[in-house]
Amino acid sequence: MSERMALTGNDSAAYALKQINPDVVAAYPITPQTELMHKFAAYVADGDVKTEFVTVESEHSAMSAVVGASLAGARTCTATSANGLALMWEILYIAASCRCPIVMPVINRALSGPINIHCDHSDTMGARDAGWIQLYSENCQEAYDNTIQAVRIAEHPDVRLPVMVCLDGFILSHTLESLETSDDQTVQNFIGEFERPDNLLNVDHAETFGAFALQNYYFEFKKQQADAMVNAVAVVQGIGSEYGTLTGRPYDLLEPYRCDDADVVLVGLGSTMGTAKQAADDLREEEGLKCGVLKVRCFRPFPGEQLCQALKDVPMVGVMDRAISFGLGGPLFHEVRSARYDAAGPMMNFIYGLGGRDLSLDDAGEVFRTLARAGESGRAEPTVSYVGVRE
Amino acid sequence: MATTNLKKLSDMPELLSGGHAACPGCAGPVAIRQILLAAQQDDVYVVAGIATGCMEVSTTVYPNSAWRVPLVHNAFENVAATISGAEAAYRSLKKQGKYDKKVAFLAIGGDGGTYDIGLQSLSGALERGHDFTYICYDNEAYMNTGIQRSGATPKGAFTTTAPAGKVEPGKRQVKKDLTAIVAAHEVPYAAQASPHRPRDLMKKVQKAVGIQGPCFLNVLSPCPRGWRYPPDQSMQMCKLATDTCVWALYEIEDGKLTVNYKPKQKQPVRDWLKSQGRFRHLFAPQNEYLIEEIQQDVDRRWQRLLALEAMDKGQ
Ligand SMILES: Cc1ncc(C[n+]2csc(CCOP(=O)(O)OP(=O)(O)O)c2C)c(N)n1
Ligand code: SF4
Ligand SMILES: [Mg+2]
Repeated sequence: MSERMALTGNDSAAYALKQINPDVVAAYPITPQTELMHKFAAYVADGDVKTEFVTVESEHSAMSAVVGASLAGARTCTATSANGLALMWEILYIAASCRCPIVMPVINRALSGPINIHCDHSDTMGARDAGWIQLYSENCQEAYDNTIQAVRIAEHPDVRLPVMVCLDGFILSHTLESLETSDDQTVQNFIGEFERPDNLLNVDHAETFGAFALQNYYFEFKKQQADAMVNAVAVVQGIGSEYGTLTGRPYDLLEPYRCDDADVVLVGLGSTMGTAKQAADDLREEEGLKCGVLKVRCFRPFPGEQLCQALKDVPMVGVMDRAISFGLGGPLFHEVRSARYDAAGPMMNFIYGLGGRDLSLDDAGEVFRTLARAGESGRAEPTVSYVGVRE
Repeated sequence: MATTNLKKLSDMPELLSGGHAACPGCAGPVAIRQILLAAQQDDVYVVAGIATGCMEVSTTVYPNSAWRVPLVHNAFENVAATISGAEAAYRSLKKQGKYDKKVAFLAIGGDGGTYDIGLQSLSGALERGHDFTYICYDNEAYMNTGIQRSGATPKGAFTTTAPAGKVEPGKRQVKKDLTAIVAAHEVPYAAQASPHRPRDLMKKVQKAVGIQGPCFLNVLSPCPRGWRYPPDQSMQMCKLATDTCVWALYEIEDGKLTVNYKPKQKQPVRDWLKSQGRFRHLFAPQNEYLIEEIQQDVDRRWQRLLALEAMDKGQ
């Protein structure tokens, strides 16, 4: 049974967490994630969940506590943004290497400095090599759906890795949307029971977790992690289609939009893909420009093969980055370009929206036009440009 | 049931096996063996966490582990938070009827991991009231990384980051009083102990494990390598520390302080300083004034403890 509800992005993730009903949740406040945990705390206070709610004294301890809880055999979640994620940094890597299937909504916010509370992707992009799966959400519906699927993906025996469910700060976290939710039992049936037989509380079989592994073993730990990430590709796809059968909303690694006959395609992630789709529609209608959009839902593992396939007949590709890898350009651009190396066509990189700066429909339209001009002239220059910034 | 009978304990299986890589004579494994034996009881199982540091690095070199109880190592500064999470998981699973054993949670950290970088994580876990016992093994410096000064290093000691040189006499600052900081959280039980008095140490562990809520034990853990004394002298170092009142054995239970050991004849701190290479430079003429200062510091702290004890007894 499904129900339509009006929820913000924070509410939708909190509602998903309520239905997941984790054994342990650790929480520490940071804007714009705060309302998510307020909501969840209210579920705890009303006895709607069985969760032990650990109100830690820092995000470093939040991540440390969920690692401890996960290794003790509990299903665990936490949530954060920007500086909070940065404070967790050290333990993000440990969570992944201890193969803790933690689910963490990250409400994307610009990293300091200057301090800023609004959306960009510098926080999660910086954590892209921490060994976490990353799913990005275009809207509140996807934030809800991704959070539920994340549990299955994380706990899948071929994967056993933590998952970040990324959703844009304020743009989604604080915007009310009408979305479809499943009932609690449907969610519970979908996610199933969590089992980790090798755990800290298994006192009859004492094991050491987080051991000191040197030159002769460390590499094998990492190779297993890398293999699990490779396995995650098929698992994300399989669970996305199973979820589709259940809810009528199937998910994949990528979502192509009007790409088939497109002359120019914009690749990106997060809420801006909604704007890009609208701009593509408008430009097709008003200017006859054949625009398409390729949304990257799953950024880690990076779906390079699928991406090349989706872009193989596209003459001109642009990549939208809401983060900078200083001295290089946008991180998504460089990954898309390197994935397409063998089938290389010209590509351009657009950095936009840092610190929550709005990307208007006009801005998105202008990006499409820039791509079209580059396609015509055969000169895709400059490779990296900045949208909506004062020089 | 819980016993501190040494004969009985010596017949029980060790929970920290031999064959680990700590230096010969290190007091750390001696203390940990006593602690584990005391904490594990017929119906209570130990689950331990350990912070990065000498004891972790020397006992968990993959694929081996000296630990015969479940152990988690997460990072350096977060053993209290890690055990908070494990304890929360335990409570959650128990509440749901998915787990039925009784577990005593121990979080073990060195002085660097406790007095300094892990203080916030410890404070948070104490304040939240998790049911666990935190054990600091205090060897008075960052030993694992090569004897750097910590907040637990005593005044005058030589360390690699506060060496004694032509113009500096070693560490200038006094040792942080961590046990008092912990007690200020109004935890049900906080104590100091030393492995040269195993009965006292083990009784304290058993008290802590038996008490609901966050408990704390600060255990002196001499390090022959960092303190520079012969490796067969660790227990003598412990004894000297308590006889000079440099390290006081006491406990604070429900807010009441009791001093557990009062030397009949308090030995001069000079004897303590003379016993270890890390203090050798203090006997050079330009540094000797520090010996007097250190004696005064020790006396002041000892008098304060006695006064607190008297006050709590209502004398
Ligand atoms: C965040 C972080 N900073 C620094 C280190 C390096 N480090 C590892 S162990 C250690 C010293 C530990 O000192 P202490 O807690 O006193 O334990 P000991 O080695 O003396 O037993 C340091 C500095 C680390 N592992 N992590
Ligand atoms: S350096 Fe000191 S504390 Fe570390 S193992 Fe050696 S003796 Fe023990
Ligand atoms: Mg130390």
